[in-house]
Amino acid sequence: MDHSRLLDLLNLKFPGHIQVLIQADGKNIPSIEIPREQIKPVLDYLKSDPQIAMSFLTDLCGVHYPDQAGKELGVVYHLHSFVHNLRLRIKAFGPIDDPQFPSVTDLYAAANWMERETYDFFGIQFQGHPDLRRILNVDEMDYFPLRKEYPLEDRTRKDKDDRYFGRQGHEGVDFDKRIDRQ
Amino acid sequence: MESYFKSLDSIDGELATINLGPTHPATHGIFQNVLKMDSEHIVSAEPTIGYIHRAFEKLAERRPFYQITPITDRLNYCSSPINNIGWHLTVEKLAGIEVPKRVDYMRVIIMELARIADHLICNSVIGVDTGALTGFTYMFQERERIYEMYEEVCGARLTTNIGRIGGFERDFSPVFMAKLKAFLKEFPPRFEEFNSLLERNRIFMDRTVGAGPITAERALNYGFTGPNLRAAGVDYDVRVMSPYSSYEDFDFIIPVGINGDTYDRFMVRQEEIRQSLAIIKAALDNLPQGLHHAEVPAYFLPDKEDVYHHMEALIYHFKIVMGEVPIPVGEVYNCVEGGNGELGFYLISDGGRQPYRLHFRRPCFIYYQAYPEMIQGSLLSDAILTMSSMNVIAGELDA
Repeated sequence: MDHSRLLDLLNLKFPGHIQVLIQADGKNIPSIEIPREQIKPVLDYLKSDPQIAMSFLTDLCGVHYPDQAGKELGVVYHLHSFVHNLRLRIKAFGPIDDPQFPSVTDLYAAANWMERETYDFFGIQFQGHPDLRRILNVDEMDYFPLRKEYPLEDRTRKDKDDRYFGRQGHEGVDFDKRIDRQ
Repeated sequence: MESYFKSLDSIDGELATINLGPTHPATHGIFQNVLKMDSEHIVSAEPTIGYIHRAFEKLAERRPFYQITPITDRLNYCSSPINNIGWHLTVEKLAGIEVPKRVDYMRVIIMELARIADHLICNSVIGVDTGALTGFTYMFQERERIYEMYEEVCGARLTTNIGRIGGFERDFSPVFMAKLKAFLKEFPPRFEEFNSLLERNRIFMDRTVGAGPITAERALNYGFTGPNLRAAGVDYDVRVMSPYSSYEDFDFIIPVGINGDTYDRFMVRQEEIRQSLAIIKAALDNLPQGLHHAEVPAYFLPDKEDVYHHMEALIYHFKIVMGEVPIPVGEVYNCVEGGNGELGFYLISDGGRQPYRLHFRRPCFIYYQAYPEMIQGSLLSDAILTMSSMNVIAGELDA
């Protein structure tokens, strides 16, 4: 079992739903994107299929891309198969005005607090979570702090403008368009 | 709430609610658990966390890469160097920096020293919680020696900020080498003395055997890693499964337990300390010659002497300090075997001066959620032992 065989199996089982974002190479783990409706079936398949045995949920976290219309919020799963020593990163995206994602707590008990943390910071609603409350922040908080619309630095500050450093951004990133610059 | 009480199978139908924590000497940190007690037995526990949450992931989105190292210090502060080096390895992986073999070995020495310090504290505190304070006081002396060694390398003791992206700021000094050699010679007999105090101690075994057990299956489902998972019988160790920093060069044993109880966790950590000592010895004996950092002027701060006298060094110094170094677009997940298990860094870079998103996979945060299940039905005193043997570190838990 290696990464290409794993992706072949996934493509066979879920034709048309698997989109490869990053190919596996010597040091990077492969990254795939799936529709959020497919999260439960794909994770269930990866866990229960004896050939793959990806029974360990290493990590679950959220990410916010304000510029991706309709796919602003994402959840990133890192899975690990101890049997084959294979890792896989799975991403799923959803719109910010309907941040509904399926909960995987029934597959992995470890997902419980990780999903609570993701809810706490990104406001992602995990459907079927037994106890979706804030975990690290206070219960009274009425916003989701890791979203990009909450910059850490004072937005009125002018002395740290990237243009003063002759910087137009590396690799085509326009710094003026970043959310914390607006 | 009333129906909840009645539904529980209690002897006299009455449960007492007590607060374990948030501040209590026995919890070794700020943890709150609301316990429902049926006389001496725990019926249910409700942990509340986040008391020292410091928004590290948000802070990291506003800092140049080298300024994130001090943040990682404050995760598991019992073994800060592992966190620091884990972060450096992550950035090096993203930027494609190859470090010399000497740096790998130096890092291994520092990380294994940190692991010894981490496990020493955990295990001696288990002793304290069973009523044996003596071992703790002696092992604190040994930890002090490890901290003095950190001091020789980086100038700090607890929040070390050790090393740099690309290596170390300076080579190991002769003083460090002398201290390390003395430590390797004098520590093992003292450690075995400490071990003999507890390992076959009747009182200690009565308290710890069978306290807070977890099966391998549940531990995997709960995302356990590190000594706690190994105590349950699964031989997963990041150093072996996905070697980093030349760990593949070293020959060591992964100890595993059987029952996953407090005693097994204690024994696994004890053996890991011995294995760490063996790794340090091997690394020291085979320490390759060479430079103490990679030749990456865009990431590694030049010597101050050069900054004053060479234009190029001055430019690089300015670029690094101002966060002007080019970082490729991309994302990496990098993990190291921390004191408590798999410490992961998931980094998304958009090419900017700071990470677009940085997520810390904190082993404590993930396995602490199993705590209510592990202490259900046990005695209150066992709950204290279970917590200290899981080595829950507030800084790592709350990030």
